[in-house]
Amino acid sequence: MGKGRYGEHGGQYIPETLMNEIMKLEECYEFYKNDPAFCRELDDLLKNYAGRPSLLYYAGKMTQDLGGAKIYIKREDLNHTGSHKINNVLGQALLAKKMGKTRIIAETGAGQHGVAAATAAALLGLECEIFMGKEDTERQKLNVYRMELLGAKVHPVTTGTMTLKDAVNETMREWTKRVDDTLYVLGSVMGPHPFPMIVRDFQSVISREAREQILECEGKLPSAVVACVGGGSNAMGMFYNFINDREVRLIGCEAAGKGIHTGRHAATIAKGSPGIFHGMKSYFCQDEYGQIAPVYSISAGLDYPGIGPEHAYLHDTGRAQYVPVTDEEAVEAFEYLARTEGIICAIESAHAVAHVRKLAPGMGKDENIIICLSGRGDKDVAAIARYRGVALHDE
Amino acid sequence: MRKKKTEIKIRDAFDHGKAFIGFVTGGDPSMEKSEEFILKMVEAGCDLIEIGIPFSDPVAEGAVIQEANLRALSAGATTDKLFGLAARVREKTDVPLVFLTYLNPVFHYGYDAFCAKCREAGVNGLIIPDLPYEERGELLPFARAHRVELVSLVAPTSEQRIRAIASEAEGFVYVVSSMGVTGVRSEIKTDLGAMLAPVKAVTKIPAAVGFGVSTPAQAAEIAQAADGVIVGSAIVDIIGRYGEDAAEHLYGYVKGMKDAMG
Repeated sequence: MGKGRYGEHGGQYIPETLMNEIMKLEECYEFYKNDPAFCRELDDLLKNYAGRPSLLYYAGKMTQDLGGAKIYIKREDLNHTGSHKINNVLGQALLAKKMGKTRIIAETGAGQHGVAAATAAALLGLECEIFMGKEDTERQKLNVYRMELLGAKVHPVTTGTMTLKDAVNETMREWTKRVDDTLYVLGSVMGPHPFPMIVRDFQSVISREAREQILECEGKLPSAVVACVGGGSNAMGMFYNFINDREVRLIGCEAAGKGIHTGRHAATIAKGSPGIFHGMKSYFCQDEYGQIAPVYSISAGLDYPGIGPEHAYLHDTGRAQYVPVTDEEAVEAFEYLARTEGIICAIESAHAVAHVRKLAPGMGKDENIIICLSGRGDKDVAAIARYRGVALHDE
Repeated sequence: MRKKKTEIKIRDAFDHGKAFIGFVTGGDPSMEKSEEFILKMVEAGCDLIEIGIPFSDPVAEGAVIQEANLRALSAGATTDKLFGLAARVREKTDVPLVFLTYLNPVFHYGYDAFCAKCREAGVNGLIIPDLPYEERGELLPFARAHRVELVSLVAPTSEQRIRAIASEAEGFVYVVSSMGVTGVRSEIKTDLGAMLAPVKAVTKIPAAVGFGVSTPAQAAEIAQAADGVIVGSAIVDIIGRYGEDAAEHLYGYVKGMKDAMG
């Protein structure tokens, strides 16, 4: 069995053309993660450029309204570029530079990772090309333009379902064409080893801070931490430093789209089965012959037929729990958070908020929950208006 | 005289000079047509047939073969129907047959059941582009148990890995000529000699070159250095262009390539 296993999940199922490059990446990462100069440089970027540490905000009105556990919100939406994605791209782009690369390529779904990658590339002087499903370029036009402003070239992907899965396919194809000067900056805790590990490590800053912050303000650990899951990077970042705190429940919220019984969803744990795709063994939405299934979610960032291998393992062992949240529930939570706390969150993150609305009332007032608010919702306002049948004229 | 099914081996393809290896996506545009096309290619001198089991997300393929995968899936191709196609081809010819597919359809079918079905259908080997050397151990015992040879690939980036890969190779070594995905290329810039030398140093198994090969001139040049030439996209492109009427065009194309290889 190859490297990078989480139970039976993970591994390195990629074409031979990429194997040497993947091994070089692992070697470089293992060196630089322990290199004091690299760590100082990254810490400085996270602090003085991305704006870390992010706030752990006590959502008093929401707590009062739901009448149960105290709710805290880890404000990754306040990071520079508006989501947790910056944590990872600063790390990987810096690594790319150390490896002597002059160009980064990346997939993006909602555009959050693409914007973050384009930002890091602009800052560090790297060429940047982003692959984005054509359907996503249409539902997230603002982010496409944002990436272009930052100097990136955006390639609309017209193959397959024209969403995140196909963007990953196309970025992998591009990487096999040109590895010498190029690093694939993967946006989630997925793909072949070492990506799930690298992305988790760079995102684990979320739970490292959150754990300290909650101990400081409450003097104890939370009863639960809740995050949305597509590939699973913000959730893995939120879970990681709580994994050994057995009393902390880890809850991931998957996109149930129109409902898990409708066939129009992206609920990999609820409805998927073991498979091998995009370089990793994990759970995938697929048919009886192992053809990857078209998935659906209102959220372009959760619209992915797989889940990172470490999540698959946390599910297998029962350490984390994964729950489906529908489009309707997410949209209601999006509106609820805006009205109640004055925070317009990403529709992805709204999936986590939706679950906490169900969870908190049944918990004791002496308990705490942390929601990872992975991103801000500016990009989603037009789509939510459309969903509600409100016509916005922005021309 | 026909051979016994169990006597056919990948090696047979290399027994009478340089081998021409042709690829078709099974079920594109239909199972019946794939059967006809394969037999026509064999008639034209094709020494080994790669049958692609279509996959929804063929990450190592360029546009031509991606589209063929989608055409085949839309026409209702399934793994079971592909076993049926292989079995019918095997009834009519002794040419060695290999399946080319991605690991997920094989994993999902069950490694043991899949390899058993290959054996039963007369399929002699498997090429799986997303199963590198490090991971092949999970499929290898099942393939060996059912005497299905697991073909290994080496790429221009493989460098010091070539020796390890080639020394454990079965059937033939698939030498990937170029960076990138499958698809016709006007010229192949890789130093094939530099890739073939370490292969030849560690194994007696034949080495065939694929990715980007389409013209008789390229085939002739590659055949000087390698034991075989693999052509996929150029064949699939003919099928894409002529659809159900592709058989004669395929015959002419394969014959031209085979003649050029001497």
